[in-house]
Amino acid sequence: MSKLNLDNQKIQEKMREVARNLLKEKKVDLIIGYSEGTVPLSSAPVFIRKEEEVDKLIWNNLCYVNLAKYLIPNIKENVDGKLVDLKVGIISKGCVARSIIHLMVEHQIKKENITIIGIKCNGIINRRKIEKEVGAEEIIETYLLDDNFIVKGKDFEKKFNYDEYMNELCKHCTIKSPPKSDSLKDIIVGESQESYSLEEKFEDVIEFEEKTPDERWNYMKELLQDCTRCYACREACPLCYCNLCFVDQNLPTWFGKTSEISDILIFHMVRALHLAGRCVECGACSSVCPMGIDLSIINRKINRIVKDRYDFTSGLSLEKLPPMMAFKMEDKQEFMLEED
Amino acid sequence: MNEVIIEEAQEKEWEPKIIAFLCNWCSYAGADLAGVSRIQYPPNIRIVRVPCSGRLNPFFLIRSLVDGWDGVLVSGCHPGDCHYISGNLVARRRFAILNDLLEFFGIEPGRVNFMWASAAEGERFAVLVRKATAIVKKLGPNKKFKKEW
Repeated sequence: MSKLNLDNQKIQEKMREVARNLLKEKKVDLIIGYSEGTVPLSSAPVFIRKEEEVDKLIWNNLCYVNLAKYLIPNIKENVDGKLVDLKVGIISKGCVARSIIHLMVEHQIKKENITIIGIKCNGIINRRKIEKEVGAEEIIETYLLDDNFIVKGKDFEKKFNYDEYMNELCKHCTIKSPPKSDSLKDIIVGESQESYSLEEKFEDVIEFEEKTPDERWNYMKELLQDCTRCYACREACPLCYCNLCFVDQNLPTWFGKTSEISDILIFHMVRALHLAGRCVECGACSSVCPMGIDLSIINRKINRIVKDRYDFTSGLSLEKLPPMMAFKMEDKQEFMLEED
Repeated sequence: MNEVIIEEAQEKEWEPKIIAFLCNWCSYAGADLAGVSRIQYPPNIRIVRVPCSGRLNPFFLIRSLVDGWDGVLVSGCHPGDCHYISGNLVARRRFAILNDLLEFFGIEPGRVNFMWASAAEGERFAVLVRKATAIVKKLGPNKKFKKEW
């Protein structure tokens, strides 16, 4: 057994224990966590209400779903025709916790109803990349061995370097378990990260910015041309909780429904704009994309803009206002036209 | 006779079409002042009056490019002078992010221009419209983002 595997197993056991205790002490009514997926290279969300079901919870390097997505629909329960607040415990790696914090900042969920069960995440395997490499072969088993992710099929076995086949966003991740702060002390149980660096380097974004406009345009066209606009990225995103999304509105229609490249780009551009100062870089959008499009470069760019201009990193504090909810008289305006 | 007209039209330089979103309280009045003061500015802009620059959804600006406008110009009150107190300050953050993102996607900088002009600045309005038109003219027709079908 490798160290990574042992780590995961330890986390899994501890996580189950914490969840069991929370349910036993009736501190929570519901626990949202990960369970074994029905197809290889996947995991599924699970909703646990009874102590004996706790063993369904798993933790491995394929838990790509952002569980915060399931909070808003499950935070209330219909009891005799009345909506009652539920107490929810949620298994959280760093990015899930950050989405939860951001949802609290946006007043979508109440702090007193949530218990964050913090766990440490070493990075999620990029399953789309592995699916591409494996091709149509049937996968029977996957496990970690040393620094490699092993995929076993009927008559093949493939090794993938863990660091290389990690999600792009996980490679840059610095906040691996729920960020610790005074305002969150009472809602985090389990593991939490006390210190984290806010010095993001954004090497990949800077490298991309150095290309010429035409190169960038062509890259974006190539990256997004496969998009069928199934909106799986929107559905997986914990912060896309609008009841009526702009893509569903048809009075007026905001953009065409054709597969023409400008219709695709307009969706991705506005999706990115709506996530400005909100995206927590969990990578859920890329993981669920059926066409295997990696949206990380766009999400990271929008975070870089916000960081550079307004010095804000989403999902770290309950007090700081997100940049798009605030303004300052002295904001930079170097892009404005001025008389010579 | 017809041939002469066609030839003349072909010889004529290409002129950009720019959609200008002007806020009702400052820039629209500024454009009006430029008009009544008989200050010349290029006829390339087509004005859309909006209640405030904060009314502008970034979508309007992107959509204008997709619809085939060669350039977009947005003008509002100077920071601090907004009729609705802070509409233009909120808008400024949106514009800043939109501007950076458009550039990142490879849209030429200068396709979408932003400016402030107050109701008393007819001269400034004309100067900046001239400048914006010159920038867009230099970039040429909007081919990248225009929807072809």
